[in-house]
Amino acid sequence: MSSKTSSKKLVGVIGAGSFGTAIANILAEKSNVLLYVRDENKAKEIATTRVSSSQKIEENIEITTNLADIGNRCEIIFPIVPSANFRTMIRKLAPYLKPYHVLIHGTKGLDLNIPEGEVLSKENPLSRKYVRTMSEVILEETSVLRVGCLAGPNLAREIQERQPAATVVASHFEEVIDEGQKLLKNDRFMVYGSNDLIGIEFCGVLKNIIAIGSGAVSGMGLGENTRSLLISRGMVEMIHIGNALGGNTKAFIGLAGVGDLIATCSSSLSRNYTVGYRLAKGETIDEIKASMEEVAEGINTTIIIKQLADSLNIRVPITETLHKIIHGKMTMAESHTYFMKFPFRAEIDFI
Amino acid sequence: MKSLGIKRKTKKKYKPILKNAKTWPVMQMAKKRKEFVQLVTEESYDNLLELRRGKSLREELEMTIFREKQRVKNNPWKVDPADDFAYWEEQHEKLMQVENLPEEEKDGALRGILRDIVSRYSNEIAGNFIHSHYNVTRTLVTIGFSRLLNAARVKGPWSIFSNQLDLDDKIHIKGRTDELRKLAKIGTVVMVPTHYSNMDSVLIGWVIQHLGLPPFIYGAGLNLFNLKIFAYFMNSVGAYKVDRRKKNPLYLETLKSYSTIAIREGCHSLFFPGGTRSRSGKIEKQLKLGLLGTAIEAQRQVFQSEEDDQNKVFIVPVTINYHFVLEAPSLINDYLKRKGQQRYYEENDEYTTSYKISKFLLKFFTKGSDISVSIGDALDVLGNRVDTKGNSLDKNGQVIDIKDYFKSNGEVTENHQREQEYNRILGRQIVKEFHKHNRVFSSHMVAYVAFRMLGRIHKHLDLYGLLRLQDEDLIIPYEDFKKQFVVVLNALKKLQKQQEVGLADHLFMDVDEVITHGLKNVGMYHASLPVVKNKKGNIEVQSMNLLYFYHNKLLGYELENLF
Repeated sequence: MSSKTSSKKLVGVIGAGSFGTAIANILAEKSNVLLYVRDENKAKEIATTRVSSSQKIEENIEITTNLADIGNRCEIIFPIVPSANFRTMIRKLAPYLKPYHVLIHGTKGLDLNIPEGEVLSKENPLSRKYVRTMSEVILEETSVLRVGCLAGPNLAREIQERQPAATVVASHFEEVIDEGQKLLKNDRFMVYGSNDLIGIEFCGVLKNIIAIGSGAVSGMGLGENTRSLLISRGMVEMIHIGNALGGNTKAFIGLAGVGDLIATCSSSLSRNYTVGYRLAKGETIDEIKASMEEVAEGINTTIIIKQLADSLNIRVPITETLHKIIHGKMTMAESHTYFMKFPFRAEIDFI
Repeated sequence: MKSLGIKRKTKKKYKPILKNAKTWPVMQMAKKRKEFVQLVTEESYDNLLELRRGKSLREELEMTIFREKQRVKNNPWKVDPADDFAYWEEQHEKLMQVENLPEEEKDGALRGILRDIVSRYSNEIAGNFIHSHYNVTRTLVTIGFSRLLNAARVKGPWSIFSNQLDLDDKIHIKGRTDELRKLAKIGTVVMVPTHYSNMDSVLIGWVIQHLGLPPFIYGAGLNLFNLKIFAYFMNSVGAYKVDRRKKNPLYLETLKSYSTIAIREGCHSLFFPGGTRSRSGKIEKQLKLGLLGTAIEAQRQVFQSEEDDQNKVFIVPVTINYHFVLEAPSLINDYLKRKGQQRYYEENDEYTTSYKISKFLLKFFTKGSDISVSIGDALDVLGNRVDTKGNSLDKNGQVIDIKDYFKSNGEVTENHQREQEYNRILGRQIVKEFHKHNRVFSSHMVAYVAFRMLGRIHKHLDLYGLLRLQDEDLIIPYEDFKKQFVVVLNALKKLQKQQEVGLADHLFMDVDEVITHGLKNVGMYHASLPVVKNKKGNIEVQSMNLLYFYHNKLLGYELENLF
């Protein structure tokens, strides 16, 4: 529970990647922060240099390598770790979580959970029952019910530079949204609320696919007309998948949807954009992965969404094409021609 | 002499968990009826002042009085109080006079009217439990049922005095009965059964007393109190009155307060969370969350109280299964009409009369149609499993303190939106439990397989097209039917192993026997049997509507992709 010795509340952040660090810094303006860093050496380094993911961290951020500390001392926790490690981390944290905890995650990826003994096949394709959003992972693994997520155009470096920005806190619980707003809001950081948790989570997840495409557009030396085409068609694709997976169209046309999509697609600061760019320049996916410091969620997401769309019978041309490129089954040049021939009929058919 | 070791099968007899009736919560409530009604009035009054759905108190009162006056004029019932008209007229006048009062007195006057109305409602709703009446009813129901049963099934003129057969030969109570008894001793039980038939209320009443539990309170439609004899029975089993004609917020709030306070004070309660009987025959999916929410609210209020001995509320889902639902034809008719609108043509084939009901009761007791009542795993108000000591368990079986769910910043707080969400979570969990504890009968399977097979053959037809199939299209070759039946049965057995559903014992006979059993039992007392084996030995459907109704019982298990 929150520390009563200090006048300021103690808020937990799990994960010291660029976004985790940026959030810890925003939180530190109003609260004391306990930042969990998994790697002992990295933790020591951050504690001495006071720099994490190339960002200077505030004085009132305390570093810990003990998850029990986070659970026992903080009532509100922001888990922000890559989706691939998310479930393992939550499982480790679960014994220290009590029903009074509030968890607001900031991870923009999906969790693939195929129970032991189940084999994916044509008869048993990848379906929604094997794919979880991060909030669903929390609900599955812990006794916590008050769960929320952060989404929106949150490029860590710009936040670090104290430029104006905004985020969306989504949750089924008003109190989670209120709590998130109270903790994060300041004069250059706006916080909106939404109760479409699943929709908002999918916004954050799906935009990463389109961001890879946008990087590829630049990598191929194409211009802004092409990018706008990609972004707007990408938006349509996101809505189709999002609806099929349980989100509302509304979420996608807001800040967490179109807002975040524009930011990630037009900024060379985004990791997913970089992946696309380098793919277009001829590197293989393995080479790119090997040289990246942080995970680009979009790669994993593309693979999962492609299979989900197949089993749901939805056409997702951008995702499909990127899937082929990632697996070396299509070249960038081929994808270009393929796109221009794709038989889109109506422009908007989802409202 | 050497004994063969054969023992007479002894049936489990449950002793009452509270021997002294004076200690029954419902008795204590009856004793303090006046204080209780007063409490309901106070709390609903406070809540109503706090919650205002975008309307001023004046508007709220105007609307209520207007609607009540309309009700008295257009839809009066025998059970209504004699002064009904005069009362609402008087309130109307009082409200008119508020206008003439000085500004500072207006609010007080409005509040006075509010309190008066709420107090009237509280008095109306409150049950009138009388212990001696309860005993009479209990004895009558038990003796009546079992005498009838013996007369019908044990031969000879003296059979009516025979004790050879008991009601529990016919009604199979399965599941966590011992757990339920234990929990009823240490906390407050809220029983939430599925609802298919008017028989359910009587049946559940019998089950509760058979298990040795003290009476539960439950809401019964005010229309049942129209008949004096019914009113006597209803009052005696702890029913409180629910008037479905009154839908105004003042009434609904009073009703909710009544339920909340009763649970908070430790009265075991019963709601049918699906609201009314399942029209479609499907297991309830959308639950009415209003009354369920009172269980959550009561639990939070208990936690907020300063008493050391904090009562815990346990939700116990119960599924009731019949081979046969008397009202099925009218229920499914209703459902199809509402869903299909103009696409559905009503066929007048069956109606219910008292003659039919008596015939049904006689047949029910003479023929071998069984009923099963499965008592599900107990849950706390958040939908977590509860162990026999009443502890809530998390997904890993660790004990958790559910008080923490109501806390923010270390204190138990009241937050309506939060509790609404919890209510939804609890509702979903109950639906899951219903599916898990539902017991599949041969009759449900026969209906399911036949309906789905016809659906597969006539892929191009929608539901309403299917329901209008002509006679010659309604025959399925027996061997094909059996083959598909085995596929579904195996899938169900697999689900049972994973504890996703329960299967009746008779499903483990030889397949042909199971099918025969199912055909014999599916809708056995309807004028036309939904499905039969014809002279050529093939499966022939005679009523698509009824087939659809009984088929619906197996929806929700993803068996559809087997076709």
